[in-house]
Order: sequence, then structure tokens, then C-alpha cells
Amino acid sequence: MAQHLLLGTRKGLFDYRPTAAGWKLERVSFLGDPVSQLLVDPRDGRWYAASALGHFGVKLHRSANQGATWEEVAAPAYPVKPDDPDDRNPWTLSYLWALEPAGTAAGDLWAGTAPGGLFRSTDGGESWQLNRALWDRPERREWFGGGLDEPGIHSICPNPANPADVVIGISCGGVWLTADDGASWTLRGEGMSADFLPPEQATYLNLQDPHRIVRCLDQPAVLWATHHCDSYRSTDGGATWTALEVPPSRFGFAVAVSPRDAAVGWYIPAIKDQFRVPVEAQLVVARSRDGGRWFEVLRQGLPQQEAYDLVYRHALDVAADGCTLAFGSTTGNVWTTADAGDTWHLLNGHLPPVYAVRLVG
Amino acid sequence: MPVCHLAKAVQRHVACPPQTVPGETVAAAVQALCDREPRLRGYLLDDQGQLRQHVELFVNGRRVRDRGRLTDPVGPTDQIHIFQALSGG
Repeated sequence: MAQHLLLGTRKGLFDYRPTAAGWKLERVSFLGDPVSQLLVDPRDGRWYAASALGHFGVKLHRSANQGATWEEVAAPAYPVKPDDPDDRNPWTLSYLWALEPAGTAAGDLWAGTAPGGLFRSTDGGESWQLNRALWDRPERREWFGGGLDEPGIHSICPNPANPADVVIGISCGGVWLTADDGASWTLRGEGMSADFLPPEQATYLNLQDPHRIVRCLDQPAVLWATHHCDSYRSTDGGATWTALEVPPSRFGFAVAVSPRDAAVGWYIPAIKDQFRVPVEAQLVVARSRDGGRWFEVLRQGLPQQEAYDLVYRHALDVAADGCTLAFGSTTGNVWTTADAGDTWHLLNGHLPPVYAVRLVG
Repeated sequence: MPVCHLAKAVQRHVACPPQTVPGETVAAAVQALCDREPRLRGYLLDDQGQLRQHVELFVNGRRVRDRGRLTDPVGPTDQIHIFQALSGG
């Protein structure tokens, strides 16, 4: 049973905790501030919350007491940009989009950012180092914004069995793999295809737009993904991908895979791509139990008329039990399920737009 | 020395009362303020040391002209106000 349901929203961090009567709001932190990403480090239990202040930039806070108090730690910072007219992207942190454990030690962290830098901290966010092996790749100059104005790393998927093996997803910069803890990177993602590129470049790996990549904890060779043009699944550690027929639409942002069973995955589809609302204004979750060959469309407890909720890429999470899930929408609705999605329950219909959901413990 | 005033929107994150700072330009005054309160730097300046897009600086009630290098001069009796812009909120 998850012990916290954490919601990073446009107006703060909302901490729900389980009670006999269901999830109850325990605390609101950073009220008024956009909270873009959350992490609970499983090695020491410390919480991290990234915020994107409209005026004052990206900030990172850490809590050693489950959100009772917070201290500001360093946000990743880019080095001084050299004079280079061919590099059109600024070297200034604009968004912290991904935050995940790195290595094996407590406080060893990855941060994925816009404008496309991957950062590493080995001291719990006290300091950060830009991963130059990726940043200095010549392909980086081709990346462009997708979802944000600048290219951004939104997915960081370490292999729990071998944390030196990491898959990352970039919008728009494709799928990159490292087998040596970030010392070198390989561009993969074969099988993905983009209709926002000229036809002859549709399968060009470096400009694919994976929307979100998630990894099965118990079977880490299997990853599931959303993409600007399709939904995909990989069984070889993110190197190659197979498109999935997700009903009622193959477009979406949110995807989850059961941590216990790599054959079980969930999508929250939407109309591609200039609309980005539920198909026929009916909010549904598509679930597969057979590795994406067949999907059930789950509707029970979800609004089936006049629903215009969009679920962002980090706003769906599944707990360690593989049965408890939660997702939040741009409309400020949050739903939970305890039966893997057979039935959903509205937690709150009046929250700010939801950016990130984490089920903890 | 000029006096620096920070808006409440900044002070909500970094407490910093009005204070005199050395410097004959806005850049020097901001630098001195950030040297005194290092955490303030990331709130006012970006990674490249540029004034953040949605931060506004006024000297004696007039917006600074040189947002890029902050070369506007300041005198010993000047009042520098640092606000959040109405954009970016």
C-alpha cells in the first residue's frame, strides 16, 4: 500500500495519505508555485521537489522529514556558453523535467532538463554536474523543443538490476542509451517514426519525440512509451520499439508499466495532436495485460461526457503493488484506483493543473 | 551608496531587507547584493549571468535601459527597486 500520493501541480505540492476512508489531504507545500517534478529517493527516503518559478527560474528543494520542512538546494546550472553561432539553444536551465535515482548510493541523482542537459548530483542536490558526454554530442545541436520551447529530457530510466544501464527520452531528441553510467551514449529508438518530419526523415532517430518512457522494475529489458505519433513497447532495453494499437487513440502523454509484470501497461489516450483532449470527450484508460497486443478500454468511474482532461506525461503513476494507480489532469482532476484500473475514484475535482504524480512507499 | 529594495515576491523566497550596496552601476550593485546573499543570484540572474527575463529593475522609478549588461549608472543617493515583471507569472 502506498503511503503517500504526491501531486506536483501548477500551484504547489499536495500530499495525500491513505486512511481507512480513503486518501486524505495531509499537507500543501509551495502553495502558489508550479511544481514540475518530484522524487522520493528510495535509498534514504528524502523527498525532492523541483519548481519552475515564472519570474525567478528553476528551484530545487529537499526534505528529510516527508515534507514537514524543506530546504533549498542547488538547481542544476549550465556552464557559460561559448561563442558558437551554430548552437541555437540557450545554455540556461529553463525547466527541470525529470528527476530519478542514479547509481546505488543515497543522494546520487539524475536530473533531466530543458534545454536538453542531463545532470548528475552525488550529494543529494547540493551540487550538479552537466553530463558532457551527452551534451557535447554533435547530434545535440539538432534537437528542438517538443512540449517546451526548448529540447528537454523528460524520461530517465535506470535499470534497477544494473544502474549503469540507463535509457533516456528527449523531446525532441530521440532515445539514448548508456551502458557505462553516462560515460558514453548511443542513439537508439529504431522502430519509432515521426510524421512531423519530412517523409524521408520520418525514422531519423535523433529527432524522434518520445513523450514518455517507463521501465518495468522487475523485468527491466521491457519499456513502454508514448510518442508524438504512436505508442510503443521495447523488449530489448530501449534499443528497438514496436508500435502498439492503443484504443481509442495511439496519441497520448501518460504511460505506466506494472513494476511486477512487464506485460501489463496503461495508456491515457487523447486526440492527436492539435486537439489533445479525450476522444469524443470521454476520458478512458487503455490497459493491456499481454504486452500490448490487446487493450481493454477502462471507463468505470471516469467521466464519459463533456470531459476535456489531458493527462501530462508525468501525471500517471503506479505503485509498487502494480494495482494502485493515480493520475491527474490539466483540469485539476485526480483519480485513483486500487484494482489496476477496473474502477476509478475521483479524489479531487478542484485542484490546480497536475504536472507530476508519485505514489510512494 | 545606493539603496536596493527587493519586492515581496522575491523576499518570499529569499529574505533580504532594503540595504545600501556599493557600486556605480546597476551591475555592480546587483553583484554586491548577490555577494552578500548568494542564494539571491539564481533568483535574479540566469545561468549565463543575465538578468532573468521576467525580473524588472528600476533606478529612481525608471526602468533600467541596459538589461543586457546593466551598465546604467547609479549614484550614492539612488534607489534601486527589484520587482517581478507582470509577465512571466
